Amino acid sequence: MQSETKTRVEQLTSPAGHPVTVLRFEGDIASTSKDAVLGTYQALPKETVRLVLLDFSKVDYINSSGIALVIQMMIEASNSAQMIYAFGLSAHFTKVFTMVGITKYAGLFPGQAEALAAL
Amino acid sequence: MSELTPNSVPKTTTVEVRLPSRMGFEKVAMSTASAVAKLMGFREDRIEDLKTAVAEACINAIEHGNRLNDKLSVGVVLSAGADSLEVKVIDDGTGMTKQPGNVHKPDIDRKMHGEEGPRGMGMFLIQALVDEAEWVAGSGGKSSYVRLVIRLDKDAE
Repeated sequence: MQSETKTRVEQLTSPAGHPVTVLRFEGDIASTSKDAVLGTYQALPKETVRLVLLDFSKVDYINSSGIALVIQMMIEASNSAQMIYAFGLSAHFTKVFTMVGITKYAGLFPGQAEALAAL
Repeated sequence: MSELTPNSVPKTTTVEVRLPSRMGFEKVAMSTASAVAKLMGFREDRIEDLKTAVAEACINAIEHGNRLNDKLSVGVVLSAGADSLEVKVIDDGTGMTKQPGNVHKPDIDRKMHGEEGPRGMGMFLIQALVDEAEWVAGSGGKSSYVRLVIRLDKDAE
């Protein structure tokens, strides 16, 4: 019943010249998304990746288990001196991410251009 | 459902859905709740709040109440009144009696420092997104439910 999570990894450079690793998610983000979310993040080379940008623009449904996966990624990123940012969340999920405190540790932006401009 | 217009809702209209205890089926309850709320005239942002609260209540019922037991189902009863929508999500677990004041608020600092697990946000989201939420333990370890209420704010809708 849950729509499978697909993840695509892309390398971009911010206008300030910093390399940014973008994780583009598609489908649902729920308890079944562990490999697609955490697995993809954990496969990134920790020595070179400093800025990770999560693209939620093609995600329709995120539940509390999915949010927990994002928090787990933030914990691992924090332990590896990486920074997590995100864009493309609906107004509702921007509110939910703010309510659970994610915005204290990960910057949220409306779109990719705004996110890259800030990095 | 045509009677869900403001001038012709003298009493409660009830819609019931029965879900298998399998993750993902909470989306059926979300769609149903969304359709009923739309017919009642709720704003889009309130419908999104309701969908998340209903999804989390169903996930708790499937995972913790019925412990993913395929032989048990989750009942979702939506009661549309003149100015509010009540949703009861019923499972066969022993349940708990909890009022919104007792619901644990996730602490992101503690989570980030490994002092609190990354999960455990469902009940907080439920109570934060609806106007009323209560958890009621069933008698004899059966038919526990969470009851949610979302109100039509006539000035703002």
